[in-house]
This record gives sequence, C-alpha cells and structure tokens, in this order.
Amino acid sequence: MRRPRKKQSARISPRSSLRADVWLMRHLQVALASLGRLIRAPLSTLMTTLVIGIALALPAGLYLLLDNAETLSGNWDGAASISLFLKQETSDEQAQQLAGRLQNDPAIIQVQLISRAEALAEFRQLSGFAGVLDSLDENPLPSLLIVEPTVQHTEPVPAEALLARLRQNSEVEFAQLDLQWVRRFHAITRIAQRGVIILASLLGLSVLLIVGNTIRLEIQNRHAEIEITKLIGGTNAFIRRPFLYNGAWYGLFGGISAWLMVTVSLLLLDNPVEQLAGLYQSGFQLSGIGFATLLMLLGGSTLLGLAGSWIAVGRHLNEIEPS
Amino acid sequence: MIHFDNVTKRYPGGHEGLSNVSFHVDPGEMVFLTGHSGAGKSTLLKLIGLLERSTRGQVRVAGRNLTRLGRGQIPYHRREVGMIFQDHRLLYDRTVFDNVAMPLVVAGLGHIEIGRRVRAALDKVGLLAKEKHLPITLSGGEQQRVGIARAVVSKPPVVLADEPTGNLDPALSREIMSLFEQFNDVGVTLLIATHDLELISRMNRRILVLEKSRLARDSAAEVVS
Repeated sequence: MRRPRKKQSARISPRSSLRADVWLMRHLQVALASLGRLIRAPLSTLMTTLVIGIALALPAGLYLLLDNAETLSGNWDGAASISLFLKQETSDEQAQQLAGRLQNDPAIIQVQLISRAEALAEFRQLSGFAGVLDSLDENPLPSLLIVEPTVQHTEPVPAEALLARLRQNSEVEFAQLDLQWVRRFHAITRIAQRGVIILASLLGLSVLLIVGNTIRLEIQNRHAEIEITKLIGGTNAFIRRPFLYNGAWYGLFGGISAWLMVTVSLLLLDNPVEQLAGLYQSGFQLSGIGFATLLMLLGGSTLLGLAGSWIAVGRHLNEIEPS
Repeated sequence: MIHFDNVTKRYPGGHEGLSNVSFHVDPGEMVFLTGHSGAGKSTLLKLIGLLERSTRGQVRVAGRNLTRLGRGQIPYHRREVGMIFQDHRLLYDRTVFDNVAMPLVVAGLGHIEIGRRVRAALDKVGLLAKEKHLPITLSGGEQQRVGIARAVVSKPPVVLADEPTGNLDPALSREIMSLFEQFNDVGVTLLIATHDLELISRMNRRILVLEKSRLARDSAAEVVS
C-alpha cells in the first residue's frame, strides 16, 4: 500500500510532499495533542496507567530480587574454596613452601595459610574450650591451606580435577571441596530466572492487550472524527498517528508507575533485609533499579504500548469508512 | 472534469443505485443534480468522492480513472474533491477554525499557511468573527457555511454538495447558492444535488435529472427556458 501511495502523491498532489521540519513539527504536535487528551481525562488515564504499571512491576520487581540474589551468591563464589588440611608432621616452613608453590598455580587465585598455632588460637577464642586445650600436651590441630580457585575452576569438572591434583601433594592429609550448596543455589536461581522470563512474557502480553483494548475504545469514541478525516483526504497513516502516540504514552506512563512501585517496595524491604544481613555478619544491601535497567523498563513499556495500539489501530481503522 | 461512462452501481441485494448513467461535466461548470429521494443523487456523488465504487462502467474525475485507483490513493483523490453534506458533518468538539483547518492539516501545511487560508475561507463565508466558536453554538445556516468553508479551504478543483440547502429557509438557501456562484466564478467545478426545484429553476444552470436510478434529462442537451 505504501509504494503506490508515494507514486500517487507525486502524481495527484504535489502538496503532500512535506518538508522535514514541518513533518517533525506535526509529529511533535500530534504527540503533545495526544498527551493533552490523556491529561484531560485524568481518571481513566490513571487507571489504565496503574494497570499497566502493576503488570510491569511484577516482573520488574522479581527481576530485581533475582539480581540481588545473584549479587549475594557472587559473594559466595569467593567462599567456593578448597580446604587443604595438612599432615600433622608438616612444619610451618613446609606449609609455607607448599602455599608458595600453589600460589604459582594458574588455576589458583589465592592461597591462605592458617598455621597450627593460628588455628589453635582461633579455636581457643571461638570454642570456649580454652581450659581443655591448655591441658593438652600438643596442638591437635593441623595446618590449613584455604585455596581459592579461579572462576573457571569453580565449575564442577575442573574443580574436581583441581581437587584431585591438590590431593597428590605429599603434605596434604585431607582435601575438601564444598561447592555443592553454591551449585544448588545457582540451579535454583536459574529456574527462578526462567520463571521470571515466562511471567514477564505473559504480563507483557497482557500490557499489549490492555493498551490494545483501551485504544480500541478510543477509536470507537472518535468514530466521527475518523470518518470525517477520511472524508477530507486523511491518509491512514495520518489517522493512525495520534492513536499510536496514545499507546506509546500509556506504555511510558505505565513504565514510570512500575518503576515507582518497585522503588517504593524496595524501600519498604530495605530495613528488614539489612537486619537479616546483619544477623549473618553480612554488609549486603538491596540494590535498586539502575539507570540502564530503568531505561530498558521505560523503553520496553513504551514499545509494548506502541505495539498494542498498533495492533488495535490496524484491526479497527479499516472498519470505519465514511458513507 | 467529471466523466461517467455507462456507470452502474448495484448494491448487495441487487438494488441498483445507478443504472447505466453517462454524462460529463466540463471544468468550470456549475451543474445541478435533481430527482426524487432515492433516485440516485447521493449514489452519484459518492462515486465521485470514492465513498463508493461503481459496479460497472467508468468514472473519471480530473483525468483520473477512479475505477483503477487503489485504496491507498483514495485520500489523495479526496483532497481534490471538496464535499458538502446536508448534515454538515462537523466535529462538534472543535472550534470553527479547527474544523475548517482539517483538510489543510491533513495535507500537511505549515500552521502560518493554515491560519492564512482558514481565515480567508471563513471571511468568504462571512464567519470570520466566529472562528473560535464551537459549531453547536451556531445556527444551521452558519454550520452549513462552516462545512462549505471546509470544503473549499484547500481550493479543490471539484466541489460536490449533497442537499446543501436541505434544512435552510429560502433566504439562507439563496445566500448559500450565491456563495457557490462565487466559487464557480473563480473556476471551481460544482455539482450540487438538491430537490429544491424552485431554487434551481431561478439559477439558470445546467440540470441533470435522475429518475429511478437513470439519467432522465440533461438540460445541456436542450435549450434552457
């Protein structure tokens, strides 16, 4: 339909070839006019906006929670370390040497040595068995090396390989890898992520339908105007334009209200989460919607609104013909 | 300017709105179209404005074959054909100015040009002082003149009027007709459907008479008395 129109406009009506600045001005005017129309009906605009906002706030909020959970588990990745308990007869020097050797291993980021004396001191302090320990002739605790593997080596297979390699050191009595619970946590987050994607798709679809339906009603309300505009030579693109802007505004406002809802919810959660984190000696804090996420949310909601009205306009505009 | 060649319009159900009608109107002519209600006057006008398409035969307006005009081209055709209706078809939530400006807005003119042309058209129909009024506050005759201003504001070469004086008293009707004559004087081709025989007999213009969907009489073929 587009191609012949261009040809035709050149043939029939040279007046229809617009100058770019006039064209831009028109778009601005239409955008502002449709905004004005929405503002003049504040109650219905607010309700539509809130419905869209709630539909978007759910997935946005869940996404944010997951994001926070990932930050949290990111902290735990550091804890995904291998503990090497050395043999009793290993001297501090030998332990030191082993730590130095391991430090050069490319699969290892860091090695922390806890000497027997240090281990004893820590145990004495934390366990409250000071008296019992004093009665012992010698320190029963082994030296401990805490090995922090590189990120690649926290994956199941390389981690097992690294563990096996570390075990071969003659000084090592016992090596322990405790990644299991971190892996489980990751698996759960992956399921939750998938769930959020599904939820977001469904609710995105509902935004599409909400906007589509609102625009459909709007088209019905402005039946006379559309008919007359067609009578005097308004192209479909011209008639479509204010409705598309309408949908885009709904989307944008919905996105903004979703952002507000999520931000307020986070503020409400912030304090209890901080208390909980405090109980675990963690400085963890909920992070809000970042600038990039906000842009994505607003851009996405605007596009959804635009798409919703596009569908409605495409379906219903052709039904109105002047007679 | 307007050519009908054996044009038939058959509606779904078999009723023929027009049967085998042929005539042509030269550029700059002012022609009356008359006949009883249901004789096909409105159908004929709708075919010219492409509100409907002919079932058979060819309609040409300003050199364009409407039979072959695609959907996407209809708006551009309608910009060249000003249409005036008995029920005015104004938008009642917009001012007189905005109503008259619509064809220019649709055509994408700049707003200075729009202001100039709209005021010129309103001046022509004597409503310049009421540009900020809403149509509902105007009398029937004034509303009709708003509709006329809207039809001519973009200076279309062809203007169609369907019962433009239908609801008006004789004095107002004469006023409207004299407006049409003024447009005709500057070269606009007019086709005016009306059943006000007394009015058109005084105008001394070409008359097309439709009877039962057929063209029964064309005064151009006779000596006008």
